[in-house]
Amino acid sequence: MNHVVRRTATLLVSVVVASFVVFAFLAVLPGNAAEVALGTNATPAAVARLSREFGTDRPLLVQYADWAQGLLHGDFGTSYVTHEAIGPRIADRFAVTAWLVAGGMLVALLLALPAGVLAAAWHRTGRGALLSGLSQVGIAVPAFLAGILLVYTFAVRAGALPAGGYTPLTEDAQDWARHLVLPWVSLGLVQGAVLTRYVRSALLSVQRQDFMRTARAKGVRRWAALCRHGLPNAAIPVVTVLGLQLSNLLVGAIVVEHVFVIPGLGDLLLRGVQDRDLLLVQGVVVVLVVAVLVLNLVTDLLYRVLDPRLRSR
Amino acid sequence: MLPRRIPALTLSAALVTVTLAGCGSGADRHSTDALTVGLVAEPATLDFSTTDGAAIPQALLGNVYEGLVRIDQQGRIQPGLAKSYDRSADGRTYIFHLRNNVKFTNGKAFTADDAVFSINRVRTVWKLKIAQQMDDVRSATKVDADTVKVTLKRPSNNWLYSMTTRVGAMYSRDGVSDLKEHPVGTGPFEVASWQRGDNLVLKRNTGYWGARPALDTVTLKYFKDSGALNNAMLAGDINVLGAVQAPETLSMFKDKSRFQVIDGSSTAEVVLSMNNSRKPFQDKRVRQAVRYAIDHEALLKTTRAGRGTLIGSQESPSDPWYAGASNRYPYDPAKAKRLLKEAGAEGTSIRMRIPNLPYAVSAAQVVQDQLAQVGLKVRIEPLEFPARWLSEVFDKADYDMSIIAQVEPRDQWIFADPHYYFRYDNPTYAQLLQKADAGSPQEAAADYRQALKLLSQDAAADWLYLMPNLMVADKSLRGLPVNQVGEGLEFAGVRWSGK
Repeated sequence: MNHVVRRTATLLVSVVVASFVVFAFLAVLPGNAAEVALGTNATPAAVARLSREFGTDRPLLVQYADWAQGLLHGDFGTSYVTHEAIGPRIADRFAVTAWLVAGGMLVALLLALPAGVLAAAWHRTGRGALLSGLSQVGIAVPAFLAGILLVYTFAVRAGALPAGGYTPLTEDAQDWARHLVLPWVSLGLVQGAVLTRYVRSALLSVQRQDFMRTARAKGVRRWAALCRHGLPNAAIPVVTVLGLQLSNLLVGAIVVEHVFVIPGLGDLLLRGVQDRDLLLVQGVVVVLVVAVLVLNLVTDLLYRVLDPRLRSR
Repeated sequence: MLPRRIPALTLSAALVTVTLAGCGSGADRHSTDALTVGLVAEPATLDFSTTDGAAIPQALLGNVYEGLVRIDQQGRIQPGLAKSYDRSADGRTYIFHLRNNVKFTNGKAFTADDAVFSINRVRTVWKLKIAQQMDDVRSATKVDADTVKVTLKRPSNNWLYSMTTRVGAMYSRDGVSDLKEHPVGTGPFEVASWQRGDNLVLKRNTGYWGARPALDTVTLKYFKDSGALNNAMLAGDINVLGAVQAPETLSMFKDKSRFQVIDGSSTAEVVLSMNNSRKPFQDKRVRQAVRYAIDHEALLKTTRAGRGTLIGSQESPSDPWYAGASNRYPYDPAKAKRLLKEAGAEGTSIRMRIPNLPYAVSAAQVVQDQLAQVGLKVRIEPLEFPARWLSEVFDKADYDMSIIAQVEPRDQWIFADPHYYFRYDNPTYAQLLQKADAGSPQEAAADYRQALKLLSQDAAADWLYLMPNLMVADKSLRGLPVNQVGEGLEFAGVRWSGK
């Protein structure tokens, strides 16, 4: 329990530090929201007036305090560009990105677990080398490139799936899935390939352990031993990588959203930066930071579930 | 047991994919009453009275909102919700005779009260710079239920023109409570749904006063990435590619059995600006030398696959005073060198600060090369657009040269304001524009022509070309607006042929 408290405290401190860093970085970004909002026909007087209205002419520390105070109350502020509350917009977009990341992770797992086990079982055979080679290729292909190739093959050439866009799950579940298949696969392929290598090497090192030899000596078949005793023991390194990968997926999702025209957090972030809608950008980044930190915390706590030896510590 | 389970898993995953792939979506599917259009810039809200940006009027003006007057494909002002209007001899008073069979989509009839309300609203509620176009209005009053009288502080042809743009849109007095999401207008379409970041769906207004549109629904889909936009067109997800970003990608759509390419004119002049307040461009001879040094035809061919119109002043074919080729400078590098020598500007270093937009970057490279041949050293510095470019070049005028498309229609005034980033200060030009604005519409054309000729001779800037209005559409679509003349992309006249 003590451990959980300590970890949560670290998380909170990290969030505060991150919020400050985000704010500071965006404050030094050249260009301002009032100029962009007014466009190519603006007069300096109009820019000054709008800056005053936005509150961007106040000292930075005052602006930060104002914003941070709002965050504590769950208020992300009002967008400079659309004059709407930012919180609900982020929530909408977060749901989209979460589906994307969750599906991508699922595809990665579906690929990596079987492929990793097979690669380990086929260690030092031609088939094993082939699988290792394939996963190496998968690692080398960036998600956006995989996305472009998938669109070209399945949407442009075959016309079987839409080239991009998004339908909310609540509107039409089938259409929702049709739009997400290609993004899921392009995210999942790369992460799945990375994960395959970890599953394989974790299993290989477990295979040399005494308990595996004991299991085999008791007459358990090689495959069964791998699955029943090997996989649980290989889980810790794999879960570690999985935690890191979820953060990677979140970042990868931003690029993939762009390729597939999915209205997720990444899209919102890019728009915000372009419009210098700084409150929006700060909000999105803070949400992303918190998501990554929470994922790390969950990973950390999972170790203790997976490995009884850690619990006593 | 495990090896047997793995193929099962893979198989079920494959099955899911196949089942999903099986349902619908062929390349040439479309129904005759629906249209899907792919566009680039997405509206931030649906209210152009409080939010700026070209995307909102593009989607709504002429479709959801209408004005008392409208602009036709040739750039002429035509009756809209007013079936006619009278202009007083001194040009200060306009009487609009309204149609009496017009209803808003909230069920309310459109009356003179709504027209007065809408005109006054621009001056009271609108916060955007464009609202200044209504500053010339002294008063707007109701004469009777179908007649509105507008009195101007000074005669202005531009004012009537601006009534065809978004500031002239007519609102219902009872329909402005939630304009950001639920616009209420009189147009042939109304907003059916809006999925932020993805699409805006318009549906036919069943109570429309005018000719019944052929389409029941128009879906505007927004793409941030031009590659994704092209793919969607190739895959048949959209029926119209509303804005071709790079003309060189048109070769993707050369299959005439599926696609038609629409190549019309726009109002976006791509201006090579020269900072008139700085050396070396304070000297008219240097500016003229630049104009002679650039081979515009070659530039258009290299950077835009030859698509676009060569222009020589701040004008486009839909302007009533368009003079065409006569304002252009012939390509004459020898003359350019001579002028530079006279001005003592040979070998000058020039900082060209451009927006990081593809058309500007590719044009800048050609300009750099051509100016090098006459002895001007150009250093290209791309700035992030919009934020940094606006702040550095537009606001501070901290630049020697730049390139940007001036997209607004009838924006000749930008050269009349000495504080505008061209820093072009010529009272004669400003006076000519003022005279053109105040005179009768017939005199106006002659005055504009004279002003634009002066602008060209003075080489206030160089005009590289006029952007084309390039679209790709399904080959069986008819009635798409070919020229981009006003702010709206109108769908009332679009239909599928033979189905």
